[in-house]
Amino acid sequence: MKRLLLLGDEAIAQAALDAGMSGMYAYPGTPSTEIMEYVQSSAEAGQRNVHRKWSSNEKTAMEAALGMSYAGKRAMVAMKHVGLNVAADAFINSAMTGVNGGLIVVSADDPSMHSSQNEQDSRFYAKFAMVPCFEPSNQQEAYEMVFDAFEASEKYRLPVLIRITTRLAHSRASVSLKEALPERERSIPSDPLQFVLLPAIARKKYKALLTSYESLKYDLRISKYNTFKDGIKRDLGIIACGIAYNYLMENIGDSQVDFPVLKIAAYPFPKDLIKDITERCNEILILEEGAPLVEEALRGILDNGIKIFGRLDETVPRDGELNPAIVAKAIGLPVSFGSEVPALVKMRPPSFCKGCGHADMFDSLIEAIKEYGPGRVFSDIGCYTLGALPPYSAINSCVDMGASVTMAIGAADAGLFPAVAVIGDSTFTHSGLTGLLDAVVKNSSVTIIISDNSTTGMTGGQESQATGRIEQICKGIGVSAEHLKVIVPLRKNHEENIRIMKEEFEYRGVSVIIASRECIQTASAKRKSAASGN
Amino acid sequence: MKNDIILSGVGGQGILSIAAAIGLAAVANDLFLKQSEVHGMSQRGGDVQSHLRLSDKPVHSDLIPYGKADLIISVEPMESLRYLPWLSKDGWLVTNSAPFINIPEYPPVEEILKEIRKIKNHIIIDADVIARESGSIRSGNMVILGAASPFINMSFASLEDAIRKLFGRKGEEVVEANLKALKAGRELSGK
Repeated sequence: MKRLLLLGDEAIAQAALDAGMSGMYAYPGTPSTEIMEYVQSSAEAGQRNVHRKWSSNEKTAMEAALGMSYAGKRAMVAMKHVGLNVAADAFINSAMTGVNGGLIVVSADDPSMHSSQNEQDSRFYAKFAMVPCFEPSNQQEAYEMVFDAFEASEKYRLPVLIRITTRLAHSRASVSLKEALPERERSIPSDPLQFVLLPAIARKKYKALLTSYESLKYDLRISKYNTFKDGIKRDLGIIACGIAYNYLMENIGDSQVDFPVLKIAAYPFPKDLIKDITERCNEILILEEGAPLVEEALRGILDNGIKIFGRLDETVPRDGELNPAIVAKAIGLPVSFGSEVPALVKMRPPSFCKGCGHADMFDSLIEAIKEYGPGRVFSDIGCYTLGALPPYSAINSCVDMGASVTMAIGAADAGLFPAVAVIGDSTFTHSGLTGLLDAVVKNSSVTIIISDNSTTGMTGGQESQATGRIEQICKGIGVSAEHLKVIVPLRKNHEENIRIMKEEFEYRGVSVIIASRECIQTASAKRKSAASGN
Repeated sequence: MKNDIILSGVGGQGILSIAAAIGLAAVANDLFLKQSEVHGMSQRGGDVQSHLRLSDKPVHSDLIPYGKADLIISVEPMESLRYLPWLSKDGWLVTNSAPFINIPEYPPVEEILKEIRKIKNHIIIDADVIARESGSIRSGNMVILGAASPFINMSFASLEDAIRKLFGRKGEEVVEANLKALKAGRELSGK
């Protein structure tokens, strides 16, 4: 049996390849990025010609994957949790249309927000859409679940969500591989109206969805991942979901499980097992990585049943990711601790790389906007968000992909002058284009600075759909040539760049300034690879 | 057998290569392994840590519990202190003494070293100097791994094999430089 040392992300990617996936779709986002990167670097995927190019955003990725499923092939789409918000329209409706070839949606959550704007829990989305959800606790389980997820997807003709969190996504372990399956033949859906959500059809399909969601919990492909282990201490029963199960086992060990333990790693809720453990035990502790999904359901609105401990009563902190110590405390075990961090240890916050073009762009922007007063720069999600921190303190917002452009429009509508947006090239093609069209159509008084480093920098330098196209795109959307400026953010152009920015701030219409200089990380990687002859 | 190791440093200093080398050796030794990477949002310049757990039994948590780490391997002195809450009372701290200074309020190196010397079991090595002496300035990380190797429950030879595998694609010269650095580190901590 072949074994590989794989990140949780990579285990999912390898499994999808072994399960006969024909297409992988994604937009980079921590901690999900390595799923697509693994498929891209896989020699086998190359030989099989598995589709594996980045998409412009999570919605286009989700829809393309649905299209591949329509054509009868197995497809996977991966994103970070907030990406599922972007893809939500397609995701929710894909449960209504159903699938043809198996379709897996992987959403990688980031509790504790290591590199995210919130810590939303994707399991809610699965419940909302009424599709099965797998929540692996380790790399091997993640690998195996992909096979079952494809099968369940095809059996129930539903997309399946796999929800992982940062720890599993970015932790490596040895994974035993299964025998690889062939890819599916192309086939169009037998019902030509399956994907046509006209109201009359949608109403029928919704009734069918409601029925199939109820039957999912009895399917072995799903139910086998939920396991109950009885224990002798019946005063407390523990329900542990996904990776929380590892922290529990770390504390109580395999051999001496005293408490009855229900492990939940697949949804819908295993109602019978939950009923069983609550009947056996006087009190229940619920351990979940993320939001209290199971806990809220079990408590209900009136919360007058059995005694329940969890995040809602702060037995476990209400926010943030779990760790072995938090779980130890929750079950009443002592927590050992090394020694304190000496006071002289200072924070080492992330910062711009030496020589980064974003930094030069901000240097000029700070000078140019000084005379207008603070609070006028809307920004976005990418390395340049570091412009919020000292010594720059140059931006006033970072909300969601593309919001810099549209918030600047709204602020300009309210009379804020100048209203400036700072957005990266990849974020611009992800979700900035439609906002720019709004601005052009309304002739909003905004200045949009596209800080173009020709890559998706923050996630490690993936290709950016915008590279070499930004000027044309802006022209095509209708930005006038006189107010479409391209500058090079370099120290030597500082004065000139300030002058151009000031000029465009003063223009009462749409200006776009493209500050274009390649990311120094990707540039140096290219140099190194050229030097070594690769 | 259980070996819980925390690797620390600053982004770009090569701690992921140390993790990969130990990981490859663990697989060759048929050990159970979990290796969790923790890095902040920036690619470079922020603090980076990795939790490496080796055992002859299945490993549950991807994270090492507080107070349970047997070893901290750090390629940067101030970073080595950031993870003391994880170090067990009999654990070892092996660190580079050469600072990576990219923040204005970086404390005086002497004061950092003073704090490190308060740890019962510690080894401080100027890996950058040793790496230069052994002919490859970029293999300071392997010097540190070599110095920490006596506290890793695997044979030195299996670490050498792992390095051959890890750097094999980059050519014999790179492999030799890294092996030399590893040995130089090992000799220092043996003294």
